Amino acid sequence: MSTATAMKPEAETDMSWQPLCTKADLVEFSGIAAWIETAEGPAQVAIFYLPGHDQELYAVDHHDPFSNANVVARGIVGDIKGEPVVASPIYKQHFRLKDGSCVEDDSVALRTWKLSFKGDEVGIEV
Amino acid sequence: MTLSHSQDAKQKLIIIGNGMVGHHMVEQLIERGATEAYDITVFGEERHIAYDRVHLSEYFSGRDAESLALCASDYYETNGVTLRKQECVTKIDRDAGEVVTEQGRYAYDRLVLATGSYPFVPPIPGNDRAKCLVYRTLDDLDAIREAAEDATTGVVVGGGLLGLEAANALRGLNLDTAVVEFAPRLMPMQVDTEGGELLREKIEDLGVQVLTGRATQEIVDGEASFHRMVFQDEKVLETDLIVFSAGIRPRDELARDCSLEMGERGGVVVDDRCLTSDPSILAIGEVAVWNNSIFGLVGPGYQMAKAAVATLMPGEDALTFSGADMSTKLKLMGVDVGSIGDAHGDRTPGAKMFRYLDQIKQQYRKMVVSSDGKRLVGAMLVGDNSYYDTLMQYYDNGLELPDDPASLILPSSEGAPTLGADALPETATICSCHNVTKADVCASIDAGATDLGAVKGDTKASTGCGGCTALLKSVVDHELEARGVEVDKSICEHFALTRQEIYDIVRVEGIKTFSELIAKHGASQSRGLGCDICKPAVASILASCFNEPITDASHIPLQDTNDTFMANMQKNGTYSVVPRVPGGEISPDKLIVLGQVAEKYKLYTKVTGGQRIDLFGARLEDLPDIWGELIAAGFETGHAYGKSLRTVKSCVGSTWCRYGVQDSVGMAIKLENRYKGLRSPHKIKFGVSGCTRECAEAQSKDVGIIATENGWNLYVCGNGGMRPRHAELLATDMDEDTMIRTIDRFLMYYVRTADRLQRTSVWRENLEGGLDHIRDVVVDDSLGLGEELESQMQTVIDNYECEWANAIKDPEKLKRFRSFVNDARPDPDIIMMSERGQLRPA
Ligand SMILES: Cc1cc2nc3c(=O)[nH]c(=O)nc-3n(C[C@H](O)[C@H](O)[C@H](O)COP(=O)(O)OP(=O)(O)OC[C@H]3O[C@@H](n4cnc5c(N)ncnc54)[C@H](O)[C@@H]3O)c2cc1C
Repeated sequence: MSTATAMKPEAETDMSWQPLCTKADLVEFSGIAAWIETAEGPAQVAIFYLPGHDQELYAVDHHDPFSNANVVARGIVGDIKGEPVVASPIYKQHFRLKDGSCVEDDSVALRTWKLSFKGDEVGIEV
Repeated sequence: MTLSHSQDAKQKLIIIGNGMVGHHMVEQLIERGATEAYDITVFGEERHIAYDRVHLSEYFSGRDAESLALCASDYYETNGVTLRKQECVTKIDRDAGEVVTEQGRYAYDRLVLATGSYPFVPPIPGNDRAKCLVYRTLDDLDAIREAAEDATTGVVVGGGLLGLEAANALRGLNLDTAVVEFAPRLMPMQVDTEGGELLREKIEDLGVQVLTGRATQEIVDGEASFHRMVFQDEKVLETDLIVFSAGIRPRDELARDCSLEMGERGGVVVDDRCLTSDPSILAIGEVAVWNNSIFGLVGPGYQMAKAAVATLMPGEDALTFSGADMSTKLKLMGVDVGSIGDAHGDRTPGAKMFRYLDQIKQQYRKMVVSSDGKRLVGAMLVGDNSYYDTLMQYYDNGLELPDDPASLILPSSEGAPTLGADALPETATICSCHNVTKADVCASIDAGATDLGAVKGDTKASTGCGGCTALLKSVVDHELEARGVEVDKSICEHFALTRQEIYDIVRVEGIKTFSELIAKHGASQSRGLGCDICKPAVASILASCFNEPITDASHIPLQDTNDTFMANMQKNGTYSVVPRVPGGEISPDKLIVLGQVAEKYKLYTKVTGGQRIDLFGARLEDLPDIWGELIAAGFETGHAYGKSLRTVKSCVGSTWCRYGVQDSVGMAIKLENRYKGLRSPHKIKFGVSGCTRECAEAQSKDVGIIATENGWNLYVCGNGGMRPRHAELLATDMDEDTMIRTIDRFLMYYVRTADRLQRTSVWRENLEGGLDHIRDVVVDDSLGLGEELESQMQTVIDNYECEWANAIKDPEKLKRFRSFVNDARPDPDIIMMSERGQLRPA
């Protein structure tokens, strides 16, 4: 899924840019949840906002595969050896925001999407 | 004893006496798996299961029989040992191999005498009058308490160690107390004339009359009081109550009657393996005589118990008893007294002395050295025991004295001298209660222990009287260092600092945000994001120092989900809601509101152990509405989600209860309202009981308060949960103001110095100096921190605001409670089912 997205060239993505919310809806250095439409149907994503960092916006699955609850957006954001991560609020596993991989268990990964600002709007590329 | 026994025909082992030493032996037997080889039966004459006689006096300051017990009430049964309480053995029939009680005869293959001793009552006419009592058992103390009820004065006959302890107890029962000693000074066994004089002064300062050189001739009816004591010089003393504490005698009557070999002055003679003259019978503890000596302390008794177990379970170690050191360090009525080895210098030919006396500070120290001045053979301390540990190490290990031996007892600005851990030989005893040597500590470290707590867990060192904590810590630190273990106490990769260091920086520099802190003090490689370890820890520190709302924008990203949403996340992503119910007192209309809210939002309800009501299954987006209704009905947040004060549990107290002596509910509400919102390294629980029946289980709490006739007793550092720990008595009979001040200081000192997620119990285990240190700081204000700690607490109290009330009036803060930023639908994956009439996660 994420490989497919990654292969789409930038210029063509306009068609699939879904606006989700405004900048004011974001919570600095923390997460919020949103619904998106994907090819497989609706999905819940967790959106994190790190103002002032190289990459400011991240989107990963909101669904936590360890607890099967939709809670990832409510985890604490931090970094491990410089890589931004979110800690699941239930059993505390860490997921890298860049690629969704789990620090404690490399057989598990969250899906990731690309987010960007258009003016004050925040949208996702699907 | 022959091998022809079939496998399941176990040998019968009988132990007579369920006192401290007998119990220790049972513990050792169980630990060594002896129940495989022996059917063990223990006879105890007392009503109670073995209890801590050493701390008997605490029975008067709030502890009850259960908390003094040395084990859980089902310990014997669970481990397959038969305990026959209240069954006194009246005879040993050696020919038949049986012991006899009123109830029957019991066969034995091996028999152990652990009958202890009884208090000696001098043969004075009138000594059998009513209200002439002794001080040895819980029943004795009950009798004293009862007799004291209509008494105003009390006399203790005997000015030794136990006599002074008894005198202190009488004082605690509000009696005008006098001590009558036959010898010319107090504690004649432990101290000399100078020491005895100083001790007398100190004890008289406490309001206890001291009469030395007095022999009581008879006790008759008094005129103004119940008794009149007549002395050798015809002088008289009137008193309502007399406690005899004139020494102890071994309870050797069973052994004498069956003709075992006896000591010259009583007691059952044993050898190094604790065998008596009949090899099927052993004796241990205060009833045993070894090498012409009786050992009236629990430590040597424990060593005998271990030797006896080795005798019964031959194998691995041929542990034997080889005598014991009778050195002691005690605090009697708040007065330090220490005695090491040949303290009088009368057992060492040619001994020389050093002495130091300060009559202003009331301190006395004496060293007895060998004739060549090279070794310490004894020492005596009155007034300050901080010199004891070092002297003891010189004595115990036969270390050569420093060039200037006097420095070991002279006052110095750095406090008592300490002996470097490296100077101790491997054989040096670190903990005498559990017989742990420096080599044992090293072995534990080599096996992987990397901190004080782990070494304590491994070796049990410092878990007895706790007197060796400082020494143990220095040995552990030194050994870790020697092994090149860099003990990295950094909280995480983002700060090369401990929690305490971060706390001090925040306070001293007045730093109020995480971003400022990490910018100024973060580890260099950090990206400034922090992590789920340092962020909540810093959030808690900021809250402890400034108590700004945790929902402020700069604090939000720091909090655990529970703190962010001010509710406890459950396994399906919903939350539980717990409003505060101070002291567990709730009015019917508030109770109805809880029911209505639960019904409306479909919440599962359960009563918690902290005497409040937990509402489960709240959806994120419903939390603000739920709280809107709760706040309108007068509820506040209960901080069940925070590392902060949880509940103050109380019993119903004197308002309703027939036994209550104080208003425990009123006190609980007051305390809960005072400390609510205090954020701390871990959660904090209180309990307040209205009498010593302790229905609020205060002794299992971080802070426990038990009402007494005269005020409140304060216990600290207890814990239930995974590692239960009884709270320890910090101070007694306090009035309300003093108690609150003490709790302020205690909590703030904990908040300041504990590690993250460290409960008070673990904090205390790791704290150098243990309970005494806590008492020094919070009760005696030895660090001069008292006022500062109090004013810091006042800041927290002054800035308290219900976090939910603060959040629901701010739309910006409620933003986060939307289930989805672009859709108001609830999360469809949360599925509930019904069970016992309520909803639960499917
Ligand atoms: C107030 C007080 C303070 C003390 N403080 C200290 C201190 O600070 N440090 C220290 O080291 N020591 C202290 N001690 C001494 C310490 O308590 C004893 O050394 C220790 O209890 C001895 O243990 P034991 O098992 O030999 O005897 P005990 O603990 O006396 O136990 C003997 C038990 O055997 C029972 N028994 C006797 N005969 C029979 C029978 N025929 N059938 C059935 N049961 C029988 C008795 O009822 C008793 O319960 C103190 C003692 C007291 C009273």
